[in-house]
Amino acid sequence: MKTKKLSLKRLAQAGIAAGAISYSGLVMAADTIKVGVLHSLSGTMAISESTLKDTVLMMIEKQNEKGGVMGKKLEPVVVDPASDWPLFAEKARQLITQDKVDVIFGCWTSVSRKSVLPVVEELNGLLFYPVQYEGEESSKNVFYTGAAPNQQAIPAVDYLLDDLGIERFVLAGTDYVYPRTTNKILEAYLQSKGIAEDDIMINYTPFGHSDWQSIVSRIKEFGGEGKKTAVVSTINGDANVPFYKELSNQGMDASDIPVIAFSVGEQELSGINTGPLVGHLAAWNYFQSVYTPENNQFIEQWHDYIGDDDRVTNDPMEATYIGFNMWVKAVEKAKSTDTDKVAKAMIGVETPNLTGGTAVMNKNHHLSKPVLIGEIQDNGQFAVVSQTDGVVPGDAWSDYLPDSKNLIADWTDPVNCGNYNTKTKTCGGQTAQ
Amino acid sequence: MPRVLLLIFMLLGASGTAVAQTSAAPADDAGQTTMASPEGEDRPSESVAPGVSKEEALRTSLAKFKSRDFDVKAEAIETIARSGHERGEALLQALLDRELLHDLAGDRIVLGKQSEQGWALRDPISEEDVGSAEARAARPVIINNRLRQQIRDLKSVTALANPNPLARREAAQRLVGNTDPVVLDALRARQAEEANPLVKGVIDTALNIAVLRDPASQLNERLNAIDAVAGSLEPAVRNVLRDRLAQSDAAAERNAADRALKKIDLRTERYETADTLFFGLSLGSVLLLAAIGLAITFGVMGVINMAHGELIMLGAYTTFVVQQIFPDGHEWSLLVALPAAFLVSAVVGIVIERGVIRFLYGRPLETLLATFGVSLILQQAVRVIFSPLNRSVVTPEWMSGALQINPIFSLTYNRLYIIVFALIVFFALQLVLKKTRLGLQVRAVSQNRGTARAMGIRSERVNALTFGLGSGIAGIAGVALAQLTNVGPNLGHAYIIDSFMVVVFGGVGNLWGTLTAAFSLGIANKIIEPMAGAVLAKIMVLVFIILFIQRKPRGLFPQRGRAAEE
Repeated sequence: MKTKKLSLKRLAQAGIAAGAISYSGLVMAADTIKVGVLHSLSGTMAISESTLKDTVLMMIEKQNEKGGVMGKKLEPVVVDPASDWPLFAEKARQLITQDKVDVIFGCWTSVSRKSVLPVVEELNGLLFYPVQYEGEESSKNVFYTGAAPNQQAIPAVDYLLDDLGIERFVLAGTDYVYPRTTNKILEAYLQSKGIAEDDIMINYTPFGHSDWQSIVSRIKEFGGEGKKTAVVSTINGDANVPFYKELSNQGMDASDIPVIAFSVGEQELSGINTGPLVGHLAAWNYFQSVYTPENNQFIEQWHDYIGDDDRVTNDPMEATYIGFNMWVKAVEKAKSTDTDKVAKAMIGVETPNLTGGTAVMNKNHHLSKPVLIGEIQDNGQFAVVSQTDGVVPGDAWSDYLPDSKNLIADWTDPVNCGNYNTKTKTCGGQTAQ
Repeated sequence: MPRVLLLIFMLLGASGTAVAQTSAAPADDAGQTTMASPEGEDRPSESVAPGVSKEEALRTSLAKFKSRDFDVKAEAIETIARSGHERGEALLQALLDRELLHDLAGDRIVLGKQSEQGWALRDPISEEDVGSAEARAARPVIINNRLRQQIRDLKSVTALANPNPLARREAAQRLVGNTDPVVLDALRARQAEEANPLVKGVIDTALNIAVLRDPASQLNERLNAIDAVAGSLEPAVRNVLRDRLAQSDAAAERNAADRALKKIDLRTERYETADTLFFGLSLGSVLLLAAIGLAITFGVMGVINMAHGELIMLGAYTTFVVQQIFPDGHEWSLLVALPAAFLVSAVVGIVIERGVIRFLYGRPLETLLATFGVSLILQQAVRVIFSPLNRSVVTPEWMSGALQINPIFSLTYNRLYIIVFALIVFFALQLVLKKTRLGLQVRAVSQNRGTARAMGIRSERVNALTFGLGSGIAGIAGVALAQLTNVGPNLGHAYIIDSFMVVVFGGVGNLWGTLTAAFSLGIANKIIEPMAGAVLAKIMVLVFIILFIQRKPRGLFPQRGRAAEE
């Protein structure tokens, strides 16, 4: 009994000591601004996310060379949520409560974002999310710098309809929330454009699907019935390589049945021989091949930082770049790192994007971006074959889904709501569902 | 009554659009396919003012490639093809190969090859050296699918005169369904002098389709054409027959089209069954390759090795490393990769056995957890050494493409080779187990360890070697899988469940069971997939196996005798 008491006392002492240490840590940290980086460095998503971690670190290094923000150096705090969705929430909590970061750059998959969302809302943190996603969300604490469906999927389908004269569509995707929601939006959109239900084929495959033989052969058959056919692919991650290999082996040429992908960028292509894929398409807001002084400089910096001239740049990297620069501007504008002040200052912030235009943060926490359609080239890059005239403002709530038709997000007064119903003039809280 | 009216309206509408399409098509394609047309030679004078040399005209057309507008580029391609200049064809090929550049500094169109320092530039017509440019200071002229097709169609018309019959056939194949009068003239000209029956067959089909698509053709011409194409599996034939069936106002023609379509559908169905069977066999062979190593370590030795998938991954990475060592040897490097992968995985396997599993024999739960830990260590080690990014393994030329048996049925070479390879590995392993001393010892130890030891077999050594053998085969499987899927840290992860499924279903300790299980699961999966979708097919197969194991816990082919009772 006595020993136990003693140990309890010791524990209390240790607790006080630990508190003192973390307090002193806080004092020391007062002359730096802490930036949390919440990207998986191990597990399935490491392939995509580790690049974004490097991008944030590069941006921080560059900013510090310029003297930091408001005279303070930036200090990165990197954690590894290991592609484990609940761990994302825990790590986010740790970043905000223990490490006291002022902002978090992170997440890739929608599941991970949805798992972090309640944490940043509860603790009033700030999250910059750099990946294209399915929309239907707008949070006070999150800034979405990737594309919403109307900035990627809809313009891509417009290109197929108007420029290529496609009459039949295969919507092929991996079985999870992003493809399912995107395909639902696209199906409604295509039907509104007069495409019959029989001319739309929808197919879902599991994560990491590697045996594409029968699906590709079915697509070929579907496309061989006289009407011009295209595949709209929301196939995610690893599954793309075997899919494209099968396409080329079965001789499905881009001039017969083009595939337009929303999740295939320069990085995904760096794993395959793109010779047989020339002419297949992708829709993004950025391509490495875009020739602008900003982009040239960015690529050069990236190669210097990573020490490998063969490493490619891609769209989520540009989204990270824009998000980071916007945050720096907003902090300087607000003269504070306080979440509410920065979030307020963010709206209306403009920074140059890498494709020669200007990115603007809108009231709904989504960006205005240009939409580019690129064709795969034999060197693993994309050549831009179509581009929207100006920038397209991101739409948080799709106009083509019956449930979200009347919803808008507006984080300025007087609305100040993530899903405001314009018909009933009521606010449904931060997120729908 | 209103329904009949509606039908008539629909028919009218359909035929109306079809006519509009056919009449619009030549206008669209006009001139796109004129490169080899006989009158191509004397046309340029129309578009070029007199007194301007051919070369200058060509340079003017080339300058149009500076534009971003694809219509302007299409026009330039057309004028180059018609220019009759000797460099015309080579320049279009360069455009296709991305070797025609827009030099941004000099604002000119040049030929260029990429080198370490950037671009080495050449004049497009004289091919003289005209300096160099930095990598991002010049960029290939961008073409899109439409232009690519335009150039390819132009090339196909030229290729109709190619001395190689295979090239002629391929060219004719590309032109099937094309209704451009210039193309048809070229096809007719070729038909008259073509000697090769295969090429002639394709040209006949192309011309017959043109007859059926031609609104001005006579009924008996069309009937003859339908008769001629009745056996063809070409998708274009089926489409045109369907259109005729829906649109023709002559009953005789509709009947003929209907009969021909039925014949085609019957043949198509037969080939679809063959297709499914091939896909099933191919999936089965992948399962067999992944599972066969496990059939040894789990089946024969009874070790639950969760790191089996990672041993496959190591084999795949070995393939990648071998290709890095021999950058010019893509065609044969697989032959080096096979033994290398076997050795790497076998050595790692033996280390795992000696270092971990040896202490855990008879404790399956702990083995499971320990080997799962090993699998995570191996995965992360690969991430640290090779980076988490996927690595690309080059597929050799002889494994790319497909064996085209007819227009709707083809066997992809990579799958074909892997089926054969899986069977070779299987029988080689049988041979090792049945005919070698090691095989005898392995069987002895797995049947009764005590007696085997009493007979003087060093069971420890046999354990290590058996585990090495199973692991080595996993490595070989990795070489094959590297041709089909990603080479990345998660490669093994994807196959471990499937492997256990196959071994358990087939019956632990029975290689023939593994073979049967792999192929039957593969084929079952491919039969269900078109009906239920890939996700559901996988679930259904899994549920089936669970139920099956409930009925027959020892799998398809249970081991009999005393060894099984242990």
